[in-house]
Amino acid sequence: MTVRRVMGLETEYGITVPGLPNVNPMASSTMIVSAYGQYAVPGSRHRTHWDYDVESPLRDARGFDLTRADADPSLLTDEDLGMANVILTNGSRLYVDHAHPELSTPEVTSPRDAVLWDRAGVVVMQRAMGLATRLPGAPSIVLYKNNTDNKGASYGTHENYLMRRATPFADIVRYLTPFFVTRQVYTGAGRLGVGQDGRTSAFQLSQRADFFEVEVGLETTLKRPIINTRDEPHADPERFRRLHVIVGDANLSDTATFLKMGSTAIFLGMIEEGFLRGKDWSLARPVAEIHRVSHDPSLQHEMELADGRRMTALQMQGEMLELARRFCARSDHAEPDPQTDELLDEWERVLVGLADDPRALADRLDWVAKLTLMEGFRERDGLDWDSPRLQLIDLQYADLRPDKGIAARLEARGSLRRMFSDEQVEHAVTTPPTDTRAFFRGECIRRYSESIAAASWDSVVFDVPGRDALLRVPTLEPLRGTREHVGALLDASPDVTTLIERLSAHGAE
Amino acid sequence: MPSQERPQQRRVERDDVQDDVVVPAETSSAALDSDVDAILDEIDSVLEENAEDFVKSFVQKGGE
Repeated sequence: MTVRRVMGLETEYGITVPGLPNVNPMASSTMIVSAYGQYAVPGSRHRTHWDYDVESPLRDARGFDLTRADADPSLLTDEDLGMANVILTNGSRLYVDHAHPELSTPEVTSPRDAVLWDRAGVVVMQRAMGLATRLPGAPSIVLYKNNTDNKGASYGTHENYLMRRATPFADIVRYLTPFFVTRQVYTGAGRLGVGQDGRTSAFQLSQRADFFEVEVGLETTLKRPIINTRDEPHADPERFRRLHVIVGDANLSDTATFLKMGSTAIFLGMIEEGFLRGKDWSLARPVAEIHRVSHDPSLQHEMELADGRRMTALQMQGEMLELARRFCARSDHAEPDPQTDELLDEWERVLVGLADDPRALADRLDWVAKLTLMEGFRERDGLDWDSPRLQLIDLQYADLRPDKGIAARLEARGSLRRMFSDEQVEHAVTTPPTDTRAFFRGECIRRYSESIAAASWDSVVFDVPGRDALLRVPTLEPLRGTREHVGALLDASPDVTTLIERLSAHGAE
Repeated sequence: MPSQERPQQRRVERDDVQDDVVVPAETSSAALDSDVDAILDEIDSVLEENAEDFVKSFVQKGGE
């Protein structure tokens, strides 16, 4: 078994207009999205509509539907509020979600690709900041890849993984909860401030941990659950579920994103295959433990398990890694997968490093990089933990401006490891992955944008010249619509009319 | 025999403690510190000017 699985990332960015605190963030977010859309997809209609007909955000993985009257209005993402929405040629979706600009990566099939298109998303946002500022009369807008304002508000970085429908949801909850509680030791982006409003001046591993209040649930904005039950597969619901993970941090470090996506992908494989049967890491109090693990950068906190044992997050992750190694070494797949080996080696390197000397990982883990800087300033300038300068470092670490952002500066001087060159990232800004349906979506936008009325993860809707009705092409199979599958057909279709003729002759897309 | 095993175990524990406390931590953090000084100077030069006001004015609405 390998790290390979259909996955993606959605990131809501923090947004400010320096000097103008009263600007409505929906307005500034709309400027970001519109400015980039006009630049990157100039041939398209004012905005490509999102095809909401196929979305069902109120469906719950436990098997029931919330009625709309019961739902908090902020959950109703499928009501088109007339907000800006752009589908990019790389298959991403750039849009306004509540009071933040958000970028959802295209569907990819490996953690390396997740890192690459997540970074492409950062470049899109950086470019959008510059473009929005050039609009007539526009103020400058600054974006942040973080998850909290330290004053009580949090916004999310969500991971998505395609899973087999047949896997019992109870297994997912049982195994994944302790995994999420403990993976913070490498996925944490670091935060100065404890409590949702950051009132206690202390450093913790995670931006997000303090905002989690229940173990399992459908909500994403209040009473956030460690395991989110939103069940909107964007694929054949008989065969698949999409696991929507809301508990992660926004990572600036490539290594942290790679480990987050890759370790989770392997862990889900182990759950699906029943490989963990007989193991039990259930925690006595998962919600309390996700806070305590995050609040202890010394990594010494001993969690209490439901069966009375005690172990640290590092010890539990060590056991999980050992099983993952055995799982991936099983002989039922013929070809070795270098990326799986890379992931397992990086996972081990980080766990060993965290046990020996975490500071040696300042070049690969966000929380360590941030804490090392803060400790340095504390020592040099005699700062207390409540110093506004340390709070500024926490915030400015995630500033997307290349000259101001601390993570960006660390990368530029080689102090924070990158996994991809500028050229590779630039390519991913405009080009979709070739091995998922994002290829079809992105290439259609690139080639026929003036004829696309709407699109979503599982459809592209064409407005074909001479036809009265719009034509929806479903893309319900995440692994169809690849370059191998439709590349030649697209190359042979100079216009949308030809494309539709050929698609019809070809059978369903 | 249990009485023979006990001292051996204790010696192992003592070795573990010494390894953990003394050797690796000191050397690697010293190497890092020289680099950190250069980094601090660079970060200092890009930090926003009025830290307190800047941090206070960063107010977001919840999302998701």
